[in-house]
Formats: sequence, structure tokens, C-alpha cells
Amino acid sequence: MIISKKVIRNKNLKEKIAFNIFRVFSAIVVLSLVAILSFIIYNGISVINWTFLTAMPEDGMTKGGIFPAIVGTLCLVAGSMIFAIPIGVFSGIYINEYTKDSFYKRFIKLMTNNLAGIPSIVFGLFGMSLFVNTLRFGDSIIAGSLTLGLMVLPVVIRTTEEALKSVDNSFRHGSLALGATKLQTIRKVVLPMAFPNIITGIILSVGRVSGETAPILFTVAAYFLPKLPSSIFDQVMALPYHLYVISTSGTNIEESRPIAYGTALVLIGFVLIVNLAANALRKYFGKKVKMN
Amino acid sequence: MIKFFKSTFEKIIEGTLFLSSTITTLAIVLIIVFLFREGIGTFNQSPIEEGFSLVVNKNNPINELSAQQIKNIFDQNITNWKTVGGNKDSIILFNLDNISNFYSDSAIGENFEFLPQCISDYTEKHSGVVAFVSTRYTGKGFTGKILTTPKVTITQFISQKEWFPTAQPAAQLGVLALILGTLWVSFGAIVIALPLGLATSIYMAEVANPKVRNFLKPLVELLAGIPSVVYGFFGLVIIVPGIQKLFDLPVGETALAGSIVLGIMALPTIITISEDALRTTPKAMKEASLALGANKWQTTARVVIPYSSSGITAAAILGIGRAIGETMAVLMVTGNAAVIPHSFLEPVRTIPATIAAELGEAPQGGLHYKALFALGCILFIITMAINLIVGYVSSKKKYNTR
Repeated sequence: MIISKKVIRNKNLKEKIAFNIFRVFSAIVVLSLVAILSFIIYNGISVINWTFLTAMPEDGMTKGGIFPAIVGTLCLVAGSMIFAIPIGVFSGIYINEYTKDSFYKRFIKLMTNNLAGIPSIVFGLFGMSLFVNTLRFGDSIIAGSLTLGLMVLPVVIRTTEEALKSVDNSFRHGSLALGATKLQTIRKVVLPMAFPNIITGIILSVGRVSGETAPILFTVAAYFLPKLPSSIFDQVMALPYHLYVISTSGTNIEESRPIAYGTALVLIGFVLIVNLAANALRKYFGKKVKMN
Repeated sequence: MIKFFKSTFEKIIEGTLFLSSTITTLAIVLIIVFLFREGIGTFNQSPIEEGFSLVVNKNNPINELSAQQIKNIFDQNITNWKTVGGNKDSIILFNLDNISNFYSDSAIGENFEFLPQCISDYTEKHSGVVAFVSTRYTGKGFTGKILTTPKVTITQFISQKEWFPTAQPAAQLGVLALILGTLWVSFGAIVIALPLGLATSIYMAEVANPKVRNFLKPLVELLAGIPSVVYGFFGLVIIVPGIQKLFDLPVGETALAGSIVLGIMALPTIITISEDALRTTPKAMKEASLALGANKWQTTARVVIPYSSSGITAAAILGIGRAIGETMAVLMVTGNAAVIPHSFLEPVRTIPATIAAELGEAPQGGLHYKALFALGCILFIITMAINLIVGYVSSKKKYNTR
């Protein structure tokens, strides 16, 4: 009896130690996130004001605002989404609704996974070689948008597919039994039900696109360009590239530090808003679907 | 009639959807074509810049010099022809930068009209001379011997250590240091991220109550959403000076800084995938273990973790993949010195960082440009291999459990 008590005490002690280690490690992970966020917010909040957001950079990017970079990033987000949303959603619909568990389905999934695993700098190389040099778009919004769009395509495809998969088959069967065609079923029944999750995926990919630097380095990003783009064949500044430039190779790194903090905060703020929006949408629509 | 239109319309839509689904395949094919078309061009070129050549005295028995030998000669590490297999004769360097040491301005002529003659004379008179000159000057009437340089080969490209793509007279294209640098930083990152990530995922899946889990989950997603430049900026401002002070180093931009930043960045990948894997453990198995008197930790360690080991392996490999391909953060914090790393407290340079830092300055279509695309090919092959391994590991799991 005494021995078995000892064994029990021993194993419970082990459990305590192990679980506390897990707790501490999880805390480290959370703390590193908190450290990064609070550091950027603490240093950047004093820089942010209306002028900073709406003025052109001045004095070798040590003063003024980041307006052209914000506009540039918005252009790139819009451009890449125009490309990635229709193709990605269509592709997801085809994979989930039209293909059976066939070789083709597995092949497409493998290719989508592989595309998702390719490093962003390789997309940059590819975009430069195809869009900038071969198709002669030059460094332009369209070249950058297509490169970025291609990069987030797997995200859009996967989330669409997951969203469609979560729609119960009985809805499809019900619609088909009422005499609707396959397309009508998809349009009127499946897509509306999957819509919230598809939108969530798209919002998250917007967040990803807005923060990527490597793919736009050689396809669109301008070092310093204090004017707004007038066509899709113009170069633009972009927030992430701007942050990279002023924190590593600007004309005066020390003096432009505040601008760098501000830019980092705007970038993080954008990502935060995007994440919160995605979560809120998920919750809101989740309730709505259940109520129906 | 209407029915006919309807069914045609449906066919058209289905066709459009099908075409959309082919785009990922098309994209991969295009990436392979464009990347490798430029990258393979590296191996058909001489490392000496086009329009220039190396010339020696016509009695010199040397016919060919490798890129490395040329560099050593011009860096004056090799000063005698005997070292590279020639006669015992000291090497005299002659190039247009130091031509005033050999000839006066009047001898060369105001518009360099006598320059070809000077070069020709000098190489003829001195048996040990090696000159790096434009091919314009070695045309008709030139009496020296033009050396050939072997073209860049794949084995050389991968096995040589020195990466000086813009070096004169011969570009040094050895990527071994870059490959090792990439692996070194990624290895460090995974050493940091794996224990943290695994512990967090086990905590989320097995220990934490649902409330804590619902609080942690969005935080991890947020960690994944932070742009890599912001990580790089944080590393540059906080981690780099911290390491410099802590270890009393001349510079803080080290492999360690890169590993820490990459480790944080790889965390979300590892946590999400291994947590998903841990959650696939059937409840029946866990409950059976608990019913046999095992406590929660014993169940976790001996049932849950072994059951989900393939998922955890996949998470670790994907984490490494993320670290290998990451560009901006590494570029900003590792110092970018193209040397083979010996410790974590030295600057290193990775493949993605090299591409990002140098492509802007490399003239399009030149050797340097193509060599950077060849680096892209190496990166592409590594990440493809990682994807295939992950696919293999995950498929193995299905086989075992059925």
C-alpha cells in the first residue's frame, strides 16, 4: 500500500511538473506576441496623427507622412484580390462540388499545397521574370498585383473548399430533389451557406497580401515616389517595403526611426483590424446561420 | 429550347470553373519554366565578364585558369606561376587601373590609341605578366595568348564556398556558404520554436480549459498575421542590440538573432498543425488510458503524442520550411556575410536574403542575375522536397490507423 501511494504521488508530481512546463512555455509564446505588439504600439502611437497618414514623405523620408505607401498598399490589395477572389473561389467550387474523389482532385490539391509552400521570394523572382520582363509590364501595380494574387491563391482556394465542405450534404440533396439543377443548387443553396466562411478566408488573405514584401521588391515597389499612381502601369510605394527601406537603408536611419515606428504601427493596425473583422464576421454569421 | 440554353449555360459555367481549377498547376509549371530557364543560363557562361579577357605571354604554358585561381592571382595570394602549374616565374599583374605604373600618358596616347600596342608589347616583353583587358584591345596584331576560363558548372556552383558575384576579373559563384547559412539559421529557429510550439499546442489541446484555449487561438492566428518586415524591424531594434550587449560582440547582427526571429515566426505554423494533429486522437483511446488508472500526463505522453506523432512531424517540417523560405526578417537581422558559419554568434547570409539584397543591383540577363535565379531554383527544390516529405508523412499516418 505504501509503495503504491508513493507511485501515485510520483506520477502526480510528474504531471504537475510537465503541465507547468507547458504553461510556462505557452506563456512565453503569448508574452513574445505581447512584447512585439506593445513595443510597436508604445513607440508608434505618438507618431500617428492625421498629417502622418495623409502627407507625402519629406526630407529624405525623415519627416512627413506615409500617404503614398498607404495608397500603394491599398492598390496592391485591390489588384491582387480582383485576380485571386474569382479564380480562387471558382477553383474551390470546382474542386469541392464537381470533382469526385478522383486522381484529378488529389492532383489539384497537391498542386495547391505545393504552391502554398513556395517561398515568397521565389514568387518575386517569378513575377519579375514573367510579368516585368517577359510581358513587359515593367515595375507596375499590375505586375505586383498578379504576383501577390498568385501567392494568396492557395489560401483563397483552401478556405473556399473548407467552407463548402462544411455545408451539409442534405441541403444539396434537398435542393436537387426539388428539381433544381446542380448550378442552381450551388448558387442558391450552397454558396449562401458557405459565404461567411469564404469571406473570412478572403479577409485573412487581404491581411497576408498587405504585409508581404519579398514578392513586390522587384515587381512594383518604389524606394521613394512622392506622388500617387495614375494608372495600373505605374510604380507605387508600399507600406511593408517602406518600413524595410527606412529601417535599414534610408538616408538617415536614426532620424527616420519615428517614421519607421509609425509605419510598423499602421501595418500592424491593419492586420489587427483585418483579424478582428474576420473573427467578428465568423461569429455574426455563425449565429445567423444557426438561427435559420 | 429554354432547357437547351440552360444546359449549355451550365456547361459553360462548369468549363469556367474547371479552367480556374487548373490555374495552380499552370502557375507551378510557369514558375518552374521561368525560374529554371533563367537559372540554367548560369551554367553556360564564363565567369569572366563579357567583353573582357585574360591574356598572358605567348610562351606561358598555362592555357586555362579557373575562376578561383584567377581570384587568388589578382588578390595576390598566388604570386608564382608554379602554384597553378606553370613555369617558375613570378606573376606580374597588369590591368588598366594600374597602367600608369607601366606606361606614361603620352605613350598610351591621348585617346588611348596606342593602348593595344602597349599591352601587346608589355605581354611580349615580360614572361610572367597576366593582363585583364577589354577584348577590344586584343584583336588584330596582338601577340600574347588569350586564356580560356572553364564555364561555371553545377558541381562548382554547389560545392564552392566563395560568393562574390561581382568580383573582377572573375565572378566567384559558390553557394555552399549560402546553403549552409540558410540551414544553420533554420536549424537554430527550429531548436527554439519546436519545444515552445509543441508545449503550447499540447497545452491548448490537452491541458487548458476551453476558455483559455479560445483566448490563445486568436492570439496564435495574430502571431501568424504579423508581417515579416515587422518581425524584422522588431529584431533589428530589440533583439540585435540585445545580443550585442549580452555577448559583448562587435555587431549584433548574427545567426542567433535570425534564429530567434525565425523561431517566433515559425511558432504559429507548428502550433496550429500539431494542435490539429493532437485533437484527432480518438476520445475512446484517451478514455481507455484514463480508465486504466493513468493520469492526464501519462495519457498525453503515452497515448496522445504517439498517436499524433506523424502530424507533429509534419508540423516540425513545415516549420523548417517556413524558416528556410523567409526573406525579409532574415535579411534585416543576420548581417548578411557570405561565410560558412561556425557559431551562432557570427553573421551569416541565407539564400532568400541574398536574392532580395542583390537582385535589384544585378543587370538583367547578366551572369549575376542568372546566378540569383539559380539560387531561386535551389530554394524551390528544397521547399518542394519539404512539401513532398510532409505529404508522405501525413499519408503514412492514414495507412497506420486504418
